[in-house]
Amino acid sequence: MSARLRRLWGMIRKESLQILRDPSSISIAFIMPVILLLLFGYGVSLDAKNIPLGIVVEQPDTATQSLAGAFDRSEFFRPQRFGAIQEAQQALAERRIDGILWLRNDFSSRLLSGNEAPIGVFVNGVDSNQANITKGYIQGTWLAWLQHFAAAQGRDLDLPVAMEQRVWFNPALNSRLFLVPGLIAIIMTMIGSLLTAMVVAREWERGTMEALMVTPLHMGEMLAGKLIPYFALGMGGMLLSVAMALVLFGVPLLSPFWLLMLCSALFMLVSLAIGLLISIVTRNQFLAGQVALVVSFLPSFLLSGFLFDLHSMPEWVQTITYLVPARYFVAILQTLFLAGPVWPVVLANAGAMLLMLAVLSALVVKKSYKRLD
Amino acid sequence: MNLLHILSLARKEFLALMRDKRSRIIIIVPPIIQLFIFGFAATYDLNDVPVAVYNEDSGGASRELLARIEGSPHFSILHRIDSDAEIAPLIDERKVLLVIRLGQRFSADLQRGDPAPLQLVIDGRNSNTAMTALNYLRGVVLDFNREWQREHGLTGPPVKLEMRAWYNENLQSRWFIVPGIIGSLILVVTLLVTALSVAREREQGTFDQLLVTPLRPVEILIGKAIPGIVIGLLEATLIIVLMVWFFEVPLRGSIPALYLGILLFLIATVGVGLMISSIAVTQQQAILGAFLFIVPAVILSGFTTPIANMPEVVQWLTYLDPLRYFLVIVRGVTLEGDGFALLFHQFWPMAIIGAATLAMAGWLFRHRMY
Repeated sequence: MSARLRRLWGMIRKESLQILRDPSSISIAFIMPVILLLLFGYGVSLDAKNIPLGIVVEQPDTATQSLAGAFDRSEFFRPQRFGAIQEAQQALAERRIDGILWLRNDFSSRLLSGNEAPIGVFVNGVDSNQANITKGYIQGTWLAWLQHFAAAQGRDLDLPVAMEQRVWFNPALNSRLFLVPGLIAIIMTMIGSLLTAMVVAREWERGTMEALMVTPLHMGEMLAGKLIPYFALGMGGMLLSVAMALVLFGVPLLSPFWLLMLCSALFMLVSLAIGLLISIVTRNQFLAGQVALVVSFLPSFLLSGFLFDLHSMPEWVQTITYLVPARYFVAILQTLFLAGPVWPVVLANAGAMLLMLAVLSALVVKKSYKRLD
Repeated sequence: MNLLHILSLARKEFLALMRDKRSRIIIIVPPIIQLFIFGFAATYDLNDVPVAVYNEDSGGASRELLARIEGSPHFSILHRIDSDAEIAPLIDERKVLLVIRLGQRFSADLQRGDPAPLQLVIDGRNSNTAMTALNYLRGVVLDFNREWQREHGLTGPPVKLEMRAWYNENLQSRWFIVPGIIGSLILVVTLLVTALSVAREREQGTFDQLLVTPLRPVEILIGKAIPGIVIGLLEATLIIVLMVWFFEVPLRGSIPALYLGILLFLIATVGVGLMISSIAVTQQQAILGAFLFIVPAVILSGFTTPIANMPEVVQWLTYLDPLRYFLVIVRGVTLEGDGFALLFHQFWPMAIIGAATLAMAGWLFRHRMY
């Protein structure tokens, strides 16, 4: 073994021992992804079911019963009857129900006399996304009932233009299928940058950096020696997450496994480089931890396109999202899992990550020198 | 309990935090920058959804429908294509979210009174975006249908829905998300300030010195809690002012109720932070502990995805999350105009979380020696 390799190996061995002896690093790499993915995979869902809906029928008869029955049977609603609209509105104000369906007492007479019969619908709009979904379900149930009602009267309900939609990649519009790959990206961002953010800062703070400086170890060897064990840890966590996504959450993987792992390795390197840069610049665990938290968690949660559509953000925010590495990884993961290896998407995003890695490495090398000051 | 003891410890804690310029900056600047970026970024509303159109029909009706879609702020037609083969690459490569196809007989069918299909292919990789886009399009199509029926003397459907949204009348995503950002930012800052306070002294060995001073554990606890609470209160005020002035989120309810909520939330958060800090032996463990708390606390709080959609077991866990209650309070006061009475059931759980975690932290001060 050459001297260079021996020095590198020594550094790797020291870091690995440190990891093994402080259980907190191992728990970040292995326990954190499991717990987080379990919690989030089951917990984060945009699919509304059993929406508590208040139904007010002022005059029960055949028409109103059949309409209310359509809502009773829907899997999306958990209807509750109220005798008067005031009671239902009180319940809406107290957040006991999310919406109200109000059939006034002239509903059936207007319907039978050929006048347009209005249904009053109120939804709690605070959570606008859920309110929109609720409105969509109410519309759907209403349309289905209309068709049924028209058929019962022996005529067709003619809608001039009818939408026929085909949803690709996720025909059941199951939100878990896109949220789980996105969550993997977020969890890996945090793990990667947290793992390394503390390690160099700790050496400075404890004064062991000076001890390392007097050794023949080169700066590059030291950095590599620190990165390699953490890279192995991070990739272990990644494998675990992918296995859970496939087995537990039933997310399909429509691309070759090696491609997924290659992209993940690239992303892991970017995350580790960010963590390393933070710890080199701050030289202080308190600051390093704070900066790592600030730059990793919320940006990757909100600016990566994991949940919120990037395209709809204002231009200047879209420009900022190009600096968030999770943005590229989320795009790759959602495509690799759900759509297959679409090369233009994979190459463009992997290229961007490669560029980030190059810039970050250059910064790391520039900022790290063996000097006391 | 000696007030002077508490104040001098609190003073020392403030100095430890504020003396270093970089840590001063990290406490104040990122939350404000983040409020602006996230406030603009985090929205479920869609603008300018990229659309491709494959129109085989040459009639006027299809042009009219497409003009309505183009005229909507939600859609922008980027590509016009003329074969089925072009659909897959556009969607696969994420160049468009939606392809609209109108068959040769679209206008003719409409004129004759037959149903005219509007064929749609949509990218479901993000199912929520797909569903939202379809909802917008359904609105455009329903309007078109109504107008068409009126112009051609046809009777519309016999029953009409009159929908109204309460509290957030135009269903703006921002009104829902921005109050949530306040909670998340305050949580992150306060927890970081407190989670490291004991662990740092432990690692540097000064905590033992603190224990042998005349200060009683309760006094240490309060002295350590004060900086987090004060910083949290100031930051919350600043962010609320920005939220109302800048993001134009209404403030309809009782401000004293909001501040009671903030105070209880801060006490609960500081309690969790100090508990993590007194369990941890090193700063690294404290940071990890803070992380392990913050991430689930934010994601499971109902900040972006509703708690009602979670499985029951996970819903039980959210009862331990102070942010869960605080978000109901912020949204209740800002949008729904709530006062003390309606928010009572959000106040007391935070008080219990705060009392339990602080008691635990105080006990650990004395009993975790190694």
